[in-house]
Amino acid sequence: MTTGTGQQHPIGLYLKIWGLLFVLSTLSYGVDYFHIQGFLRWGLILVFMLLKAGLIVAVFMHLAWERLALICAILLPPLGLLVLVGLMAAEADYTYLTRLFFFR
Amino acid sequence: MSAVPASHDLALSPPVGWRGLISDWSSDREAFHIAWGKAMMWIFLLSDTFIFGSFLTGYMTVRASTTVPWPNPSEVFALHVGGTDVPLLLIAIMTFVLISSSGTMAMAVNCAYRRDRINAAALMFVTAGFGEMFVGMQAFEWTKLILEGVRPWGNPMGAAQFGSTFFMITGFHGLHVTAGVIYLIVVAVRLLRGKYEGGGGNYQIVEIAGLYWHFVDLVWVFIFALFYLW
Repeated sequence: MTTGTGQQHPIGLYLKIWGLLFVLSTLSYGVDYFHIQGFLRWGLILVFMLLKAGLIVAVFMHLAWERLALICAILLPPLGLLVLVGLMAAEADYTYLTRLFFFR
Repeated sequence: MSAVPASHDLALSPPVGWRGLISDWSSDREAFHIAWGKAMMWIFLLSDTFIFGSFLTGYMTVRASTTVPWPNPSEVFALHVGGTDVPLLLIAIMTFVLISSSGTMAMAVNCAYRRDRINAAALMFVTAGFGEMFVGMQAFEWTKLILEGVRPWGNPMGAAQFGSTFFMITGFHGLHVTAGVIYLIVVAVRLLRGKYEGGGGNYQIVEIAGLYWHFVDLVWVFIFALFYLW
């Protein structure tokens, strides 16, 4: 484990992650190409998205080898966005129902 | 007697007012044991996360609250190739181009750590080339949609909010890619000219530029999943 200043890793690691990102992108494109619908579609899209994002942040951006203080400072604040998403989902539902009620 | 304790007092009680504020915030305490440039880039990227996060949340809100059917992205972004419509073809190619650029950028960072500045700069130029290719395809996509009548205030396919969120989100991302291309070229040229050779040579800037570039790819992962595939 490095202290975060020197990030020297074997080049094969990057090639593997690169290949994995290609595979994951192909799979998520396949979700659309083969017209998968419903919860399976949304679930697969989110899983592939999070896997790709995780690989990029952890390996390409070297966050997996950084100190925990930096990891927490970067990864914890965006969780606040989930609160916003929750609030806005409820608000969007309400707006949708109100529109159905008044504009039909 | 009164003149002697003055300096003594100063050492015991910290200064007040603006001087105190500055000394408190700069008193040699470090939270992150990494180069300051890298810490600042991470903090900038964190702020950018909130900008894109808010855009995508806004997109979710308008898409979930409209009573008009949302245009099917799979059909809107299909390309007519060899007599059939291939869904999302251009977007898939753009995704692969951007991932490839992330791969070459990772290689550039690796070369920089090996102190191989020629290859690091070359790979950064390749990365910038992929980025420019991405922006070019995005310009093609925008042109195609504008010719089909998509506007920020309406479109012939369905909900009017489609155009506004599409131009806003992909436009802001394209702006980031364009800025990244310029940033990479500037750093690569300075690297070749030997601007980072001071103090035995410090190529940390390549990793910092790499962080920005990977972030641009990261944002595209979310846009691809939530806007184009959803």
